[in-house]
Amino acid sequence: MGVASNNDKKIQMRLSCPMPKLDFDVITLGHGSGGLLTHRLLNSGVFDLLKNDWLDEHHDGAMLKLEGQTAFTSDSFVVSPIFFPGGNIGELAVNGTVNDLAMCGAIPQFLSLSFIIEEGLPMQEFWDILVAIKFACEQAGVQVVTGDTKVVERGKGDKIFINTTGIGRLHPRANIHTSRIKAGDKIIVSGELATHGMAIMSVREGLEFETTIESDTRNVNHIVQALLDEFGPAIHLLRDPTRGGVATVLAEIAQDTQLGVELSQQHIPVDEQVGSACEILGLDPLYVANEGIFIAIVEGEVAEEVVEKMRLMAHCEQACVIGEVVEGHPGQVVLISGIGGKRVVSMLVGEQLPRIC
Amino acid sequence: MKFLSEYRDPALARRYLEEIKKTVTRPWTIMEVCGGQTHSLVKNGILSMLPEEINMVHGPGCPVCVTPLHLIDKAIYLAEEKGAILCSFGDMLRVPGSQKSLLEAKAKGADIRILYSPLEAVKLAQQHPDRQVVFFAVGFETTAPANALSVIHAHRLGLNNYSILASHVLVPPAIEAVMEDEESHIQGFLAAGHVCTIMGTLEYYPLVERFKVPIVVTGFEPVDLLQGILMTVKQLESGEAKVENQYARMVREEGNPRAQEIIYQVFEVTDRLWRGMEVIPMSGYQVKEAFAEYDAMRKFKVNIPEVPENEDCMAGEIMKGIKKPYECPHFGKKCSPETPIGAPMVSSEGACAAYYHFSGMVNQAKEQPA
Repeated sequence: MGVASNNDKKIQMRLSCPMPKLDFDVITLGHGSGGLLTHRLLNSGVFDLLKNDWLDEHHDGAMLKLEGQTAFTSDSFVVSPIFFPGGNIGELAVNGTVNDLAMCGAIPQFLSLSFIIEEGLPMQEFWDILVAIKFACEQAGVQVVTGDTKVVERGKGDKIFINTTGIGRLHPRANIHTSRIKAGDKIIVSGELATHGMAIMSVREGLEFETTIESDTRNVNHIVQALLDEFGPAIHLLRDPTRGGVATVLAEIAQDTQLGVELSQQHIPVDEQVGSACEILGLDPLYVANEGIFIAIVEGEVAEEVVEKMRLMAHCEQACVIGEVVEGHPGQVVLISGIGGKRVVSMLVGEQLPRIC
Repeated sequence: MKFLSEYRDPALARRYLEEIKKTVTRPWTIMEVCGGQTHSLVKNGILSMLPEEINMVHGPGCPVCVTPLHLIDKAIYLAEEKGAILCSFGDMLRVPGSQKSLLEAKAKGADIRILYSPLEAVKLAQQHPDRQVVFFAVGFETTAPANALSVIHAHRLGLNNYSILASHVLVPPAIEAVMEDEESHIQGFLAAGHVCTIMGTLEYYPLVERFKVPIVVTGFEPVDLLQGILMTVKQLESGEAKVENQYARMVREEGNPRAQEIIYQVFEVTDRLWRGMEVIPMSGYQVKEAFAEYDAMRKFKVNIPEVPENEDCMAGEIMKGIKKPYECPHFGKKCSPETPIGAPMVSSEGACAAYYHFSGMVNQAKEQPA
């Protein structure tokens, strides 16, 4: 789960990047007009904050020199609330796309960054989001090279939506494809499940509960890169179990490959507090959204080595093998429950809704 | 987790299983009344571990499943036509009304909110004095005290914009209805532990007397369920029929008198329609006359036609334990959690949904032509 220092980190971030003095304190429709106000907004510090050669050109687009095989991905972020324990929508937007690239076996390089802002968003909040974006980019080693800002009327959005699109160079040793999965492969998770989803749930209107659970949103590209450096093609698939959780990702894999997946409930790592929150709300951690973890499906023989290597890396201390790809029950995920019973794990239908009692 | 992990202990579970296998000598049909127990049995894979002599059938104890169609229609009407903030527990949202579900109404702009506690709804009423706030008070005896408390609380605060749409149902009359059905072949019951935490065990003695069936008050964790099943099987094998309490760490014979007091302050027992079944006499709660202004049924004039249930759905037979979900011709085909025909396919505690999600029978159903 999120380390306690997450908050300290944020305080430091804000201190090191104070908001410039401005003659407006909320974003208005004019800030998205493309005219003078847009320029004032961007020049007030946004460009300085994300500074790099491409962005400094202030051009309509970035002209990039790409080499070799390239991964390309896009994602939109609409999380509510936009500030949540352990992070905000800004770092989520960077980490989400960076991690999607990493899941392709790519080394993330460039991002586009587009905002759709609802008028009335306090400038301080926008600034805090930008600062979080800056630090997330630094941690991941990516550059924001182009972007866009639009403002919509009050009531037409939900404070702020962010889209990021990312480009990355494929790791020379990566060969990540669903078709490479075979019986005998082991399924590894890099850390504890459900932390991000429960952090968000704890602050949702009407569901608030007291907890110190913090989102584990973070970039995982450096960890993935280190694994690819060492294990290369022995890594058959990488997946980011965000919405729908680990269960949905594995059910998809089983369906796509027509192989079976066998999971062992007792090996699935869930933080105790997160587990308790899931119990109280009647949610299954297997279906709760994740941010800072990934699933690796690897050659059976190297699985233990991969886990050992991961456990030495920050935020992967809880990494472990949670299951195996098997020839039996093709297309199905079967979970061996804590008491040794078996059940099928199916895909999440709709949104996971809390139950009555 | 203290008081939880102990009841999920694999070694203990195995011991109970062995004991059950040793005790059972012939086939027995046992009903777990509560949907939470159904869910736990399926989710933990217990059904696949029990000896084949034991046939677990799944009871009507899913409050979401038995909430009548017309009440869902009324809830939607209040949100759409009366502009009320309609608050509900989460798993009520996907259950189909005659035209649409609460979730669909929400998507079309109705102000429908998921809450965990009715007291949150009272808070909303305080925050929005210009709006009517209605809480969809669904549940068995378990959720009744909190729902009643919300009315008392709103009354104390002098709020005139809070009311509840009560759809409370009671377990003992449901057991009676199940046993009175000619097709019923239930030989023993696991009663719902949390209901008994509130109501105690005394009201089950007359049922045991009348129908000569063991009733074992049982908890929800794997070890609870296995122990409850063992206690029931032991009674059945020795020809006994008595009330026993497996869930003694929570349930006292007299229940929770303070909670009962709160219930009876606000509610009185009434006849109630169970979705998929029929009107069961004295099987639910309605708001007492003294609190009429907090009763959405009395407060708002809702004149909408009562639409009959979809005839394709055999929820009634499933909830009485006469049929298993996979015996329905529509299971996993025409009826799935995405396009449910009946409520048991929607709620997380519904028997059909439990089988759909966890049993893997869906794929088999899909392979067979309808």
